[in-house]
Amino acid sequence: MSRSLPQTFTDRDGIGYQALLLAGFALAASVLLVVGNLVTKGPIAERKAEDLLASLEQVIPAELHDNDLLANPLMIPRSSLNSNSSSSSSSSRGRHGESEIIVYRALQGLDVTAVAFETLGQGYAGPIRVLLGIGVDGRILGARVLAHSETPGLGDKIEIARDDWITDFNGRDLSDPPPEQWAVKKDGGVFDQFSGATITPRAVVAAIKGGLETFAAQRDALTASAVITTEISQ
Amino acid sequence: MTKDPNKTARERTPWGRIARDGLWGNNVVLAQMLALCPLLAVTGTTTNGLGLGLASLVVMVASGLLVSSLRGLITPQVRIPVFVLIIATLVTLVDLAMNAWLHDLHKVLGLFIPLIVTNCAILGRAESFASRNRIAPAAFDGLMMGVGFTLVLVTLGAMRELIGSGTLFANASLLLGEAMGFLETTLIPDYRGFLLMILPPGGFLALGFLLAGQRLLKRLPTFKRRSQSASLASPG
Repeated sequence: MSRSLPQTFTDRDGIGYQALLLAGFALAASVLLVVGNLVTKGPIAERKAEDLLASLEQVIPAELHDNDLLANPLMIPRSSLNSNSSSSSSSSRGRHGESEIIVYRALQGLDVTAVAFETLGQGYAGPIRVLLGIGVDGRILGARVLAHSETPGLGDKIEIARDDWITDFNGRDLSDPPPEQWAVKKDGGVFDQFSGATITPRAVVAAIKGGLETFAAQRDALTASAVITTEISQ
Repeated sequence: MTKDPNKTARERTPWGRIARDGLWGNNVVLAQMLALCPLLAVTGTTTNGLGLGLASLVVMVASGLLVSSLRGLITPQVRIPVFVLIIATLVTLVDLAMNAWLHDLHKVLGLFIPLIVTNCAILGRAESFASRNRIAPAAFDGLMMGVGFTLVLVTLGAMRELIGSGTLFANASLLLGEAMGFLETTLIPDYRGFLLMILPPGGFLALGFLLAGQRLLKRLPTFKRRSQSASLASPG
């Protein structure tokens, strides 16, 4: 490699040249990607926050809150009734594992008027993420499907953009309809299914019912202690 | 056999031939039968097809430029990993940029953008054209291949969207801004929809018809000549 010949094939055929070439390109690619990531990180985070806020505003009416819905969310464990540890983690924001639910709160002054959180259903072609807004009285303020991979044209009527089916949940709670009728009509419940797609609405109904049950189980932590947790986190 | 056309290409750039190849004669989909996976996945609507087409177009031009300008540096032994690295980097950058500045479209296409990496058409052009030609023709080839690919995506998307849901360019304002919202048309009002065309099988069906149509158009001149000679011959 140290020969001072002009570039010849023997020179460039050496393993050293190949290795250096590949390493050089890998380095250049890494540098480019780091720069790209730094440049786009801010805008992407902003877009994500905008998306989340837009969804939250659909399930929590604007007149119910005077705070920034994204500020100081609560973390509650997904399936644990013990909520003692939730208040301490409320100040840490960002990504958390599936074991915790992020609960966004609508406040008027320091009183909680509503909460919104994500609940999951197992649909026909994958998980369905539903954002559920619940008032302090346990009634549903609104529900919206955030993401799903259901069949286009059949199962996608759960999207508000395609059908107003999901608004049927507005104003309902765990006793309206009674628990045994929290199901699609085919299963003896009160909610419409779609022709050709029963699994999808069934999954959404189950997800929303599960969300209501979570809320009922942790109601005290989510509503009454809000003042205290806000003070702690500030 | 591959050497001679390249030598002549180096002497004088056959811009017209590059354009014809990219748009029709050697079209990524119609002739090379490449990139079918992203093609079938996104063409449920015209807008999605256009979006993926434009993203692929950017990557194709940029990879043509880069591969061609670095072709003196890259040795044949490591060319494939280097090309893959270049293309993967470009795609990631396009993905990040779209997520940041075309966020609504990214929500629709997000899943498919990383698929551009696996678009063998880009690697194929890097290997067979960009690495053997000067920068300008290589970029032009990328542009023409990209435009050809976009045209097929849009055509296929329009076929499927029209038959499947009776609209054209639905949600086009997400991609092109509010100014282009007039493109969104409902051609068949109160259409119940023909689900099959939106689902993947519809993609295969539409592609089949598209390819058959292209073969027919390619043969049309021969048919005409034959029928002309036949009509000339029969009266005599």
